[in-house]
Amino acid sequence: MADISLGHYLTLGAIIFSIGVAGIFLNRKNIIVILMSVELILLAVNINLVSFSIFLNDLTGQIFTLFILTVAAAEAAIGLAIIVVYYRNTSNIDVEDIHSLKG
Amino acid sequence: MLAHSLFFYVFSFIAIFSAIMVTASKNTVHSVFFLILDFISISCLFIMIGAEFLGMIMLIVYVGAVAVLFLFVVMMLNVAQQKKQWFSSFGSSKHIPLGVLISVIIFFELIIVIGGWKYKPEVFSSITESQNIGESNTHSIGNVLYTDYIHLFQLSGMILLVAMIGAIVLTFRKRAGLKRQSYFSQISRERSDSIDLVDVPHNKGVDIDG
Repeated sequence: MADISLGHYLTLGAIIFSIGVAGIFLNRKNIIVILMSVELILLAVNINLVSFSIFLNDLTGQIFTLFILTVAAAEAAIGLAIIVVYYRNTSNIDVEDIHSLKG
Repeated sequence: MLAHSLFFYVFSFIAIFSAIMVTASKNTVHSVFFLILDFISISCLFIMIGAEFLGMIMLIVYVGAVAVLFLFVVMMLNVAQQKKQWFSSFGSSKHIPLGVLISVIIFFELIIVIGGWKYKPEVFSSITESQNIGESNTHSIGNVLYTDYIHLFQLSGMILLVAMIGAIVLTFRKRAGLKRQSYFSQISRERSDSIDLVDVPHNKGVDIDG
């Protein structure tokens, strides 16, 4: 058990980021799980910013984490509202059945 | 120091396990619960590393608001039980090997970047705000946030306002047969419209219809 360094935290962030990206690709289910994967990706970014901020003793990273938190909350609210409207129109939110969004 | 590293490994293993379960869980409600577990363990890590304000804010915002919003939407839309499962359709779908490949490539790229990254002396010279010794984390964030970043702070408030209005406008619908108050006609009513003074003749009464 070595000392916990910056690399440990960055590796944790990389793992969670990759799991989030894999969750977006692998998901053949509903859109809500894709939104949750986006939240995981934002969480990984927050881990990176906070650990850099702590280990470099610079507060800017934590301030930006606060703003990312704000944007993530707004994105979740808007995304879930769009999903509710879509479900009201088509009564399912399966990813494979959404063909009407083609441009 | 041993306890610190032990706690780090425990919390990060819980976080990674629950992140995997968010994407792989059969029931969507379960994946929301694993998302909550993930946020809680990451905020424990933040508190442990010394960013206690962000850890607490993350608990309040994510677990208290965002995850509960997800939970409500999942339960309202009745999509909790999934018919298709990504690992049951492993052979049939073309997206799955591609997705695994891309995420593995991203992971190794990030690891290479982390491995090549070192502390550089010029990084320290560009530091603008550092945490003073003897001040708490919350105190120093407040010092910076309300002075140097006040415009960004107000702008993030505007983002939240726009999100709130957008969510309300998107999900609002007019229902038929719903009686609503009409504030305008209530306020613009005058005495002459509503009250009519009549002299009642003796023994005859008042003609209402007229």
